[in-house]
Amino acid sequence: MAKILIPTPLRPYTDKQDAVDASGTTVGELLADLTRRHSGLKAHLFNDQGKLRSFVNVYVNDEDIRYLQKEQTPVNASDTVSIIPSVAGGVDTVEDVRRSHLGRLGEPLTNDEVKRYSRHLIMPEVGVDGQRKLKASKVLCIGAGGLGSPVAMYLAAAGVGTLGIVDFDTVDFSNLQRQILHGTPDVGRPKLASAKDKLHALNPEIDIQTYEVALSSQNAMQLFEPYDVIVDGTDNFPTRYLVNDACVLLGKPNAYGSIFRFEGQASVFATKDGPCYRCLYPEPPPPGLVPSCAEGGVLGVLPGLIGVIQATEAVKLIMGIGEPLIGRFLIYDALRMRFRELKLRKDPDCPVCGTHPTVTKLIDYEQFCGITPAAPEPAAVNHATEITSVELKQRLDRGDRPRIVDVREPNEYQINRIPGSELIPLGDVPKRYGELNPDEEIVVHCKMGGRSAKAADFLRSVGFKRVLNLKGGILDWIDKVDPSQPKY
Amino acid sequence: MSDRRLTLGARVDEVIRRHGEETYPHECCGALVGRGDGVTDAVALPNTTEEGPRRRFLVRPSDYRLAEQRATELGGELLGFYHSHPDHPAKPSQYDLDHAWPTFAYVIVAVAAGASQAMTVWFLKDDRSIFEEGSLQHGENSHPDPAQTVHG
Repeated sequence: MAKILIPTPLRPYTDKQDAVDASGTTVGELLADLTRRHSGLKAHLFNDQGKLRSFVNVYVNDEDIRYLQKEQTPVNASDTVSIIPSVAGGVDTVEDVRRSHLGRLGEPLTNDEVKRYSRHLIMPEVGVDGQRKLKASKVLCIGAGGLGSPVAMYLAAAGVGTLGIVDFDTVDFSNLQRQILHGTPDVGRPKLASAKDKLHALNPEIDIQTYEVALSSQNAMQLFEPYDVIVDGTDNFPTRYLVNDACVLLGKPNAYGSIFRFEGQASVFATKDGPCYRCLYPEPPPPGLVPSCAEGGVLGVLPGLIGVIQATEAVKLIMGIGEPLIGRFLIYDALRMRFRELKLRKDPDCPVCGTHPTVTKLIDYEQFCGITPAAPEPAAVNHATEITSVELKQRLDRGDRPRIVDVREPNEYQINRIPGSELIPLGDVPKRYGELNPDEEIVVHCKMGGRSAKAADFLRSVGFKRVLNLKGGILDWIDKVDPSQPKY
Repeated sequence: MSDRRLTLGARVDEVIRRHGEETYPHECCGALVGRGDGVTDAVALPNTTEEGPRRRFLVRPSDYRLAEQRATELGGELLGFYHSHPDHPAKPSQYDLDHAWPTFAYVIVAVAAGASQAMTVWFLKDDRSIFEEGSLQHGENSHPDPAQTVHG
């Protein structure tokens, strides 16, 4: 048993006594017993994480426990323990305002909300306060696609009060394999429309804000401003750098995720002391080096896992619990079912979050990523190097038999093909062009015309006389000539 | 709005204002001593913040103890603290809220370009969610809030 001296502002919680007894052999045990006996004290002495608040000073006799063994400081019956306030305040800095958005308590919960969130409320780590923080929070989801789907669904279900979604796409059949916000009847609808329906059905209590715009340097700051956490579910480098930089400039945490084929990545960027995406990747990869999901494919279940990690981090940041994925870069390999974690440090030379930033406002991210705006497709066909699908069909109908070489991959060839074509994947062309006759007329094609243009250039460089690239690839062939075949 | 009120006794209003003007552009801070809801004395304390006194104040534990002692010497009790907001409104900040103690009265005086403006009083709600504004009154022989008189 030891005596604890109670300061004036806390005496209403100790029946006006200025000294009370509590038992324990360390300061920590003593304080725990004190708050058991006088429960009103707890919120004022300890923060949500159960740590002593910074302005609460505990002295054993005349020593601050910070200079002893903190809460492990031993006490015996002859010691006097005092709780002594520091009194602090002032006007808010930008940093305080940022911080205050996260973790502010919202309105009290309604009875319906108590029922809905009861599995949260019964966990002391969340509790009513945690749920009220979720209710007061505002999260902006960039994209309502593969990652955005699970992110938005779980955040809506968890009771994030305001959920914003930015997307300008419409639902396509090829989205349905992974973008679970959208269903088959939604094909052709704006993604935001089906997202709103699905999320409202899931949780009508929350406010869903939709922004049908392409995120750009002109609108990003304004869009992000009202939100506490940004969840990056984008699928391209210019937008990824844009989201990162806007988050750093506004001081908003970025729950980042990305997916490709069988691999996913996740981290939390742009927190006060943590690294940002540019600390990891100061420069974007050369354009075309890293293919998109549309080009390289993606395992349908993968965005589910990565998106749920992003949603988990957003919820933790809002409630201020656990160990956030800050300064850690998580890499997930679905095929091997393995997680790896890389340590990330804030780069003092980072151009946007370093000590002497050179990027102080949003830039042109297309240009930064080496992507020049696509020149308008010349309407005219260059008959020396190209052929249209309609022309090819007419020639086949006339009995012409040019050799048709499909330079896609075997799995693509399994999906659809031009009758009579043979398969030589682009990567094999240099070692297999001997199978072709350089004097013969050859039509090369791929999915959309990009890879086959490379193959045509190569064949010409090794002396082929007449090589024609099928403009628009097999997709154009299916559109104009053979709609019976499936597209991918 | 809190239903609590605080009455500033003679000269207390003036002492707080003058302290805020003297330390401008830095924040001033001090203790409020009295009985019940009546403040009889404002005790100036040093601002020991290490985060930049233009935006912050800190009364360290040793000065807090002095304030309690002084209150006893004056025959009263510690009712709360005052501080100034240089070039900012007399409203509590998030930082004020994050660091607030229950029960105490928090008097804030706005000081704009060296001249004191509005003065307000705030009390922390028991669940720590917000500060509620109390009514600040002036006892006998005390000046009314000059900012309110001028800009009323």
